[in-house]
Amino acid sequence: MALKIVKGSIDRMFDKNLQDLVRGIRNHKEDEAKYISTCIDEIKQELKQDNIAVKANAVCKLTYLQMLGYDVSWAAFNIVEVMSSSKFTYKRIGYLAASQCFHESTDVIMLTTNQIRKDLSSPNQYDTGVALTGLSCFVTPDLARDLANDIMTLMSHTKPYIRKKAVLIMYKVFLKYPESLRPAFPRLKEKLEDPDPGVQSAAVNVICELARRNPKNYLSLAPLFFKLMTSSTNNWVLIKIIKLFGALTPLEPRLGKKLIEPLTNLIHSTSAMSLLYECVNTVIAVLISLSSGMPNHSASIQLCVQKLRILIEDSDQNLKYLGLLAMSKILKTHPKSVQSHKDLILQCLDDKDESIRLRALDLLYGMVSKKNLMEIVKKLMLHVDKAEGTTYRDELLTKIIDICSQSNYQYITNFEWYISILVELTRLEGTRHGHLIASQMLDVAIRVKAIRAFAVAQMATLLDNAHLLTGNTQRNGICEVLYAAAWICGEFSEHLEEPMATLEAMLRPKVATLPGHIQAVYVQNAAKLFATVLRGQEGVPADSTVAQETSQLLIDRLPLFVQSSNLEVQERASCILQLVKYIQKLQQKDVEVAEEVTALFAGELNPVAPKAQKKVPVPEGLDLDVWINEPPSGSESEDEGRKSKGKAVFAKEESRHTKPRYTEVDEKELAKRREVRKAEQANNPFYIKASPSSQKVYQDGVGVEHIPVVQIDLSVPLKVPGMPMSDQYVKLEEERRERNKADKKKKKDKKKREKGEKGRRRRGDSGPESEEDITPAHMVDIVTEEMPENALPSDDDDKDPNDPHKALNIDLDNLLAASRRPLADSEKKLPVRSHRPDEVLKSPMEDRQVVEVVPEPKKKTGKEKKDRKKSKEKKKKHKQEEEGDLMGAGSEEPVQPEETKEVAAPPPASTPEASDLDFWLSNAPVPSNPQAAAAPASTPRTASGMAAVAPDSEPEEAKDTEPEETKSSTHKKKKQKKEKEKKKKKHHHNHSDGAGDESVQNGTVEEEEPLPPMSNYALLAENSYIKMMKQDADKVCDIQGNLQDGSQVVVSVIFENKCDSFIKSMEFNVLDSLNSKLQRPDGAGPHDGLIVPFQLPPGISNEARFIFSVQNIVMPQKLKGTLTFIVKTDDSSTHEKLDFKLHFTCTSYLITTPCYSDAYSKLLESGDLKGCSLKLEGVNQPFHHLLARICFHHHFSVVERIDSCASMYSRSIQGHHMCLLVKTADQTVSIDAKCDEPGLLGNVLDEIKLTFSQC
Amino acid sequence: MIKAILIFNNHGKPRLIRFYEYFAEDVQQQIIRETFHLVSKRDDNVCNFLEGGSLIGGSDYKLIYRHYATLYFVFCVDSSESELGILDLIQVFVETLDKCFENVCELDLIFHMDKGGFSAAPARAVSAVKNINLPEMPRNINIGDINIKVPSLSPF
Repeated sequence: MALKIVKGSIDRMFDKNLQDLVRGIRNHKEDEAKYISTCIDEIKQELKQDNIAVKANAVCKLTYLQMLGYDVSWAAFNIVEVMSSSKFTYKRIGYLAASQCFHESTDVIMLTTNQIRKDLSSPNQYDTGVALTGLSCFVTPDLARDLANDIMTLMSHTKPYIRKKAVLIMYKVFLKYPESLRPAFPRLKEKLEDPDPGVQSAAVNVICELARRNPKNYLSLAPLFFKLMTSSTNNWVLIKIIKLFGALTPLEPRLGKKLIEPLTNLIHSTSAMSLLYECVNTVIAVLISLSSGMPNHSASIQLCVQKLRILIEDSDQNLKYLGLLAMSKILKTHPKSVQSHKDLILQCLDDKDESIRLRALDLLYGMVSKKNLMEIVKKLMLHVDKAEGTTYRDELLTKIIDICSQSNYQYITNFEWYISILVELTRLEGTRHGHLIASQMLDVAIRVKAIRAFAVAQMATLLDNAHLLTGNTQRNGICEVLYAAAWICGEFSEHLEEPMATLEAMLRPKVATLPGHIQAVYVQNAAKLFATVLRGQEGVPADSTVAQETSQLLIDRLPLFVQSSNLEVQERASCILQLVKYIQKLQQKDVEVAEEVTALFAGELNPVAPKAQKKVPVPEGLDLDVWINEPPSGSESEDEGRKSKGKAVFAKEESRHTKPRYTEVDEKELAKRREVRKAEQANNPFYIKASPSSQKVYQDGVGVEHIPVVQIDLSVPLKVPGMPMSDQYVKLEEERRERNKADKKKKKDKKKREKGEKGRRRRGDSGPESEEDITPAHMVDIVTEEMPENALPSDDDDKDPNDPHKALNIDLDNLLAASRRPLADSEKKLPVRSHRPDEVLKSPMEDRQVVEVVPEPKKKTGKEKKDRKKSKEKKKKHKQEEEGDLMGAGSEEPVQPEETKEVAAPPPASTPEASDLDFWLSNAPVPSNPQAAAAPASTPRTASGMAAVAPDSEPEEAKDTEPEETKSSTHKKKKQKKEKEKKKKKHHHNHSDGAGDESVQNGTVEEEEPLPPMSNYALLAENSYIKMMKQDADKVCDIQGNLQDGSQVVVSVIFENKCDSFIKSMEFNVLDSLNSKLQRPDGAGPHDGLIVPFQLPPGISNEARFIFSVQNIVMPQKLKGTLTFIVKTDDSSTHEKLDFKLHFTCTSYLITTPCYSDAYSKLLESGDLKGCSLKLEGVNQPFHHLLARICFHHHFSVVERIDSCASMYSRSIQGHHMCLLVKTADQTVSIDAKCDEPGLLGNVLDEIKLTFSQC
Repeated sequence: MIKAILIFNNHGKPRLIRFYEYFAEDVQQQIIRETFHLVSKRDDNVCNFLEGGSLIGGSDYKLIYRHYATLYFVFCVDSSESELGILDLIQVFVETLDKCFENVCELDLIFHMDKGGFSAAPARAVSAVKNINLPEMPRNINIGDINIKVPSLSPF
C-alpha cells in the first residue's frame, strides 16, 4: 500500500502539469492537433488512476483544452469525482471544469445533487462559495428544485461573501424553477436592506433583472427603490436602479413625475459619465411616458438634449456613440428638439467609426423635411459610393429608402428625382436589397400616377441595359429590379415611346438566365407590350407590316421560354405563344385584332394594402369556428398544420408583390366608395388616420386628370444610363426654389415665368403659394392603398391574439425565455389559473405588511386567498383595496409624500389574452391536453398558503398528484364504456387462475373506431379482480423531469377493480433487466415491490405512475412483472397475484417536442441524420387523421403541413432528433424519416407500421 | 446580464474564455472567431461598442471590448448593463490581474491559467460579475473616473 502511494507520487512527478501542456502546445505550432491528441490520450490514462491528485491535474488540463475547443464531455464523470474531493484546491478544479462543460443534458449532473448540497452546507465558506459559483453555470431545473431550499437558507448566512453569492444564484434558480420565486421573494426583498453593500447590490441586481422581464409585477417596489436611489451613493447600484425605473415608468406615468426632480439633480451633480448617461436615458423614458405636457417639461428635454450634445461633441468615441444612441430615443417623441442639432449629426456621418455612422443614420430618419431631403440623400449617395464593405452599404441603401418612403412619401417633392435615385441605387454592386428597390419602384409607379410616364421611360432604359445588372453573377440580388422594370413597362406601356424596342429588349435570349419568377414577369409583360404595339399600329393601316413583324418576333423568341425549366415561365410562354400564333393568322386575313388583344389587359390596377386580405370582414351569419363536418377529436396538431399552411399562403402572396387584379370599377364608383370609407374612418375612433400631409394632398387632390402633364425631354436623363443624374435634380430643385422665391418677391406675371422655364421642368399648381411651404415640383396624387370595403379597422393585424403559433413561438434554443415567462405574466382570462399573477404581484405586498405592520397577517392572507377564489371580479376590486392599504403603510415613510398613492395605484389591467395563451402553451408541449397543463398551475392555490411558511416540498407534491387526477377523470368515461363491452363477469373466487390466459398482448392499442377517441392506454393484464392498463412514457404531466433526466420513462398504470370486493395492499413489482430498472425508493432492495399508494373499492379505478430508468433506448424492451394484492370480502381476505408484461416500445422514448420550421430545416441541413423510409399501402383514412394518429401514438408534433405532405418532429429522451416527412397519395402513405440514431429510427418506423396495420 | 467574457490575443488565440450560457464547444469557437473578426478590424481610436454579435443573443446584445497591448478583453452583455459601467469593469478586471501578477502580460495568462487565469482573477472578478452583475467588487469605484482604486480583495 505504502509502495503504491510512493509509486503514485513518483508517477506524478513525470506527469505533465498545465504549464507543461501549454508549453508543449506552444512548441508544437505545426502539429498542434496531433500533439493535443497524444496529450488527451495521456490524460485518459491519468484519469484511470486512483490518485485524486493525478485526476485533478488531468481535469485541470482538460479545462484548458475545453477552452481551445475540444469536447471533453467524455470526462464528465471524472469531473464529478474531482468535485467531490475533500481538498479545496481539487474541489475548485472540479467545479471550474463542471462550470465550463456541464449543461442541461449532461447526464451525470443528477449525481451531483448530494455532493453540492454537502458543499453548500460545508463549514468552510470557500467550499460553499465555490459550489455556488459552479452551480450558477450548470443549474438545471432538477437541481434548482432540489437545492432551492438550501440556497435560500444561505441567503441568511452569517458571511456576506456567501450571502452575496446565494442572492445572485437565486436568479438562476428562478429561471429554472419558477415556482421558487414566490417563497423566496420576501427574503430577497429583505436583502435590499442588507448591511453589507455587496449583498445589497446583488439583491438590486437580481430584482432589476427580474423586473426587466415583467416590470408590472415589481411596480409595487418602486417606493423602496426610490428610497434606495435617494440614499445610496454607490454608482453601480444607482445605475441599476435608474435603469429599472426606466423600465417601470412606461407602466406608470405618475412614477415618472416623481422621478424627474431627483434625476435632474443627479444629472447636475454627478461627475460620473455613466451615471449621467443613465439618468438622461431614464429622464427620456419618463418624458416619453408623459404624453400630456408638464410645466417644466420642455426644460427637462432641453437639459437632456444639451447634455447629449456635450456627449456627442466629446472626443471620446464611446461617449459620442452613446450620445447618438440616446438622441435617437428622444427623436421619437420630440423630433423638433433633435432637429436643431442637425449639423452635429451630419458631421457624425463622416466619422470613421462605423458604429457611430450607423447611429447617426438612425437619427437622420427623423431629421428630414421637405426642405432638406434631397440634400441629405445626396450626401448619403456620396457615402454609398465611398463605402467599403457591403454591410454598411446595404445599411445605407435601406436607410435611403426608409427616409424617402417614410410616412407615405411625405417629404418627397419631386418623384422624378426619387425614381432616378432608385435607378442609381441599382448600380450598387453585390447588394442584397434588390427586392427592396424593386418594391419601391413598383409602389411609386403604381401609386403616383403622374410619374408613370417618367418611370416607364426609366424602366425601359433599365431593361435595355439589363446586361449591366445581370452581367456579374455576384450581382444576383439586384436583378430583382428587372422584375419591377418589366412589370412597370408592361402595365403602363401606353406611356412607352418605343414599345417595339422595349419588347425586343425583353425577349433577348440572355433573359433566359434570369431567375424563374422574373422570366415569368417578362413573358407576361411582353404580351402586354405586344397588345400596345398592335393598338398603336392599327390606326395606321398602311403600316400593318410592323404589327406582323412584332407577331413574328414573339413567335421566334417565345419558344426559348417554352422550354424553360420553370413551370410558371413555361406555362405563360406556351399560352402566349399560342395566342400570338392565332393572332398572326388573323392578321394575315387582315382582321382587326388590336381591340380584342388590348381587352385582355384592360383595367386599372389599384394598389392594395398588404393587409387587405386579412381585413376582409367575415360576412354576417358565417361563423368560421363552427365545424362544417363532425369534428374529429384529438385533431389539435392537424389543426395547427392547416393554420400554418394558411399562413404560408398569405405570406407567399405578399412577398410576390402580385397585386390582385380588381374587377373593373369606374372612377365614379371608386370615388364614391372612397368617400364612404373616409367617412367611416373618420367616425371610427380606432382608425389610425394617415399622416396629415398625405391626407391633405389627397383631399386637395385634383385628380390625375387635372394634373398638367408636361412633355418630358427625355434626352437629358436618359442619354447616359450609367451616370448619376439625381444631382441634376437637386440643382434644378434649388434653382426652382430660388426662382419661386424670386417670383414671389417680384410677383411677376405668370406668363413671364413660364417663358423663363426650361424644357424638362414642369410646374405644378399655379395657384398662390403659402409662404413657408415648398411647392412640390409637380402635384402628386398619392393614391392610398385599397382596402376591402367595410374593412375591419383593427390595427393589430400582425398579432393575432388567438394564434396558437404565436404562443408556440418559443425559442427552443433559449429555454430561459420560456421559463422566465411563467414568473409573472398576468393572466386574467383563463379562470383556472387567474390567481397566479396576482399571487406574484401580491407577494411583495404581503411581505410588506409582514415587515412593516406585525407578523400577524399570515392568517389574513390565507383568508384573502379564500376570498379570491370566490370570484374574479371581486378579486380585482380586492387587489385595489389591498394596494390602497399598502399605500397607507407606504405614506408613513418620510420620503414618500402623498404622491406614492398614485405611484402604486393599480396598473392598467389590460393584459392581452395572448400572454395567457403564451404561458399556457409554454408549459405544455402537448397542446391537446389543457387539463394537464392547467393543473400544475392550479396547485399553488392549495400550496401557496403554506408556501410562505414552508416553501419547499409542498408545491412539488401537489403538483405531482394533480395532473393524474385530471387525467384519470378524462379517461374514466371511456373505461366505463369498455367495461360494459367486456362484461365477463366472474363473481366467484377463482383461485390461482394467475394471469397467463388473460394477459393480452401489450402495445395493442385498444381502440376500434376510425379515429376519435384515441388512447394510449393498452390493456396490460386482467383477471377476475382487477384490470391494469398502462400508458407508456406519459410525459404529459412530467415535462420538467424527463427532458433533463435523459433516461427516465414514466409509466402510468390504471388499476380498475372489477370485482365486488375491496382490493388493498397492492404491490407492483418488476424484474429489472440490465437495461431497464424500476426506480425504487432509497433503501429498498432491488427485488422489493413498490406499494401502490391507494386502495380500490369495488368498481373504482385509479392511476399510479412508476418511473423506470432506461440505459439504452434504441431497442424495444419487455419487462416481466407481478402485481400482488389482497382481496377483502366481508368475512375473509385472500392474497392474489397477477402477472403482466410491460412492453416499452421505442415510441415510448420519444417526447412530443414542438419545433420551428426554421430550426427543423437547419437540423435537416446539418447532415448528421441518417435516413430511412417506409411505405404504407391501403391506408384509407384522411390525411389529418393519419397525422393525428402519428402525433398521438408516436409522440410527434407537426412542424409544417402543406396539402398532403407534412413534416413532423420528435425527440427522444436522450436527445436524438427524429424527423418525419409524411406524404400521401391515393391510399399510399410514404414516410421518409431521419434520425441521428438509425437503430431507434428503424424500430420507431416498425411501430408506426404496426399502428397502421391495426386499423 | 453578462453572457460571456472572451479574452484573446491579437491573432484570435483564446486566452481565457468564460460563457455564462451553455454553448457547444464548436459553437463557442465559432463565436470567438466571429468576435475576433469583428473586433480586430477596428482601429484603436474608434468606440468600444459593437452591435450584433449575431451568434449570442440578438439585437439586445452588445459587445463591449477593450484592447490592451496584445490582448482583447471582450464582454458580451445585454441591454440591462450600463455600457460605460462595463468598460470600467474591464478596467478593474485588468487591474486586478495586474495586482495578481505584478505587471501582467499575455504570457502570464498563458502560463498561469490555473493560478491566475483560471481560479484567482476570474473567480474574483468573474464571480463578482457572475450571473449578472457588478456587485461588491468595484464598490469603491466611482465609475467614470479613470483613477480607479482597486478594493482590497479577500484572499480566495
